[in-house]
Amino acid sequence: MKPFDYVRPATIAEAVTAAAQPGATYLAAGTNLLDLMKGGVSRPDRLVDVTRLKGLDRIEHLADGSVRIGALVRNADLAHDMAFAKAYPAVAEALLSGASAQLRNAATVGGNLLQRTRCAYFYDPASRCNRREAGSGCDAHGGENRLHAVLGWSEGCIATHPSDFCVPLVALDAIVEIEGRSGRRELPLDELHRLPGAAPERETALEPGDLIVALRLPAVARDFAGHARYLKVRERTSYAFAVVSAAAALRIENGKISDARLALGGVAAKPWRARAAEAALKSVTPDAASFRAAAQAALADAKPSGDNAFKIELARRIVVRALTLAAAGTPARIPALPASPFASGALHA
Amino acid sequence: MTHSISLTVNGARRDFQLDDPRVTLLDLLRERLQLTGTKKGCDRGQCGACTILVDGRRINSCLALAISHDGADILTIEGVARGDQLHPVQAAFIAHDGFQCGFCTPGQIMSAIGMMREAQAGDDPERIRECMSGNLCRCGAYAGIVDAVLEVQTHEASQRRSA
Repeated sequence: MKPFDYVRPATIAEAVTAAAQPGATYLAAGTNLLDLMKGGVSRPDRLVDVTRLKGLDRIEHLADGSVRIGALVRNADLAHDMAFAKAYPAVAEALLSGASAQLRNAATVGGNLLQRTRCAYFYDPASRCNRREAGSGCDAHGGENRLHAVLGWSEGCIATHPSDFCVPLVALDAIVEIEGRSGRRELPLDELHRLPGAAPERETALEPGDLIVALRLPAVARDFAGHARYLKVRERTSYAFAVVSAAAALRIENGKISDARLALGGVAAKPWRARAAEAALKSVTPDAASFRAAAQAALADAKPSGDNAFKIELARRIVVRALTLAAAGTPARIPALPASPFASGALHA
Repeated sequence: MTHSISLTVNGARRDFQLDDPRVTLLDLLRERLQLTGTKKGCDRGQCGACTILVDGRRINSCLALAISHDGADILTIEGVARGDQLHPVQAAFIAHDGFQCGFCTPGQIMSAIGMMREAQAGDDPERIRECMSGNLCRCGAYAGIVDAVLEVQTHEASQRRSA
């Protein structure tokens, strides 16, 4: 690991100033960053430790019905917050389907949003990667790419975003609060992560020094609590990243879908909101034909980036099953195997 | 620049001078305190062999910078027995053959102790397997590990009922 300086600012303003310097990066739990530093993928000159900043570790259920989650709230604490899990069950299920219990105990909400791709070529400094080093090329093209993107990819990069948490969040219109050199601003989570285009090295909309301080879910996101699921196909039952995942949330009134939210994970460089599918579900009966039509709409623009054509059909089926499970109703308790298609009840949905 | 930190390790306060901020909690325990029960397996947060409790919560010590945990209360495998009396999870691992080579065992036991404090799994074997999925065992002693954890969970539940 390359040597670095370590600073622990006392205030958010000091942190922003310190992290705006070239070569500086924020450290929270470090569950992704330290791994990347050990592999020589990230080589910061200075770590700005934000773990002691005050007031960023709270879950606030606000009077207007929205919830505000401090960026330093640990993944496990959010998933196990009873009021949160009841109001946003698909988000809790996604959190509990990610990583391991040890990692969820450490990893922060803000860090989860900013975790880097798990593309093996990004992780290997001996490989060419436009995301890691601008303009160097992409060894994933023509390489081992069966797990790579099928939506929104470019010639320069076919990596996917690995977060589970972000998938239901983007479906539920989460807002990110950012403190930067010019003060506080807000951004829809859907606009935080960038598609690679011609500049894969620009992964997010953040500027130097920008610090995510909180995440908010609007009050309306609670209206889906009765019909909200996250479903995730992995190459093993637990402790694995998604091959494909989907968050589905419905409002059903008088036997019709009055509002639908759908997002996919593991398919693109960002959590993928499927707005065309949502529109197709509006005012229709929640049945197999409607769900298949929505799945077709969600993947209409998909194309393989390598040996991964199977992911397109897999994603359609995951969308259908996630919608089917959501329509059946949120279970009273998160299943023993969170988000697993092999959990009891999910297998034959 | 030298950084001073203090930790409570298995109940005793320890002060350290770090001349390099790169040291992880795992390396600090093993190389500065000679507490080698906590194992370095993958060193990348994938195997769970380095699991310890920090402020009562199980984490991967290989992915935790010591300097960032100044003031923390740490429990390692060396701190769970009371003298010659094994922790109930340690005793259950022996009773149920919850290991073969033993390398992953300290991490498995610390993870199981952390899991019990989290109180999410109860006596459901499927939930126990899920909650222990961050600890790999290359010998494949998983059946014994789950039996061991299940026995302790069941025993503690029955004690709570009779209390």
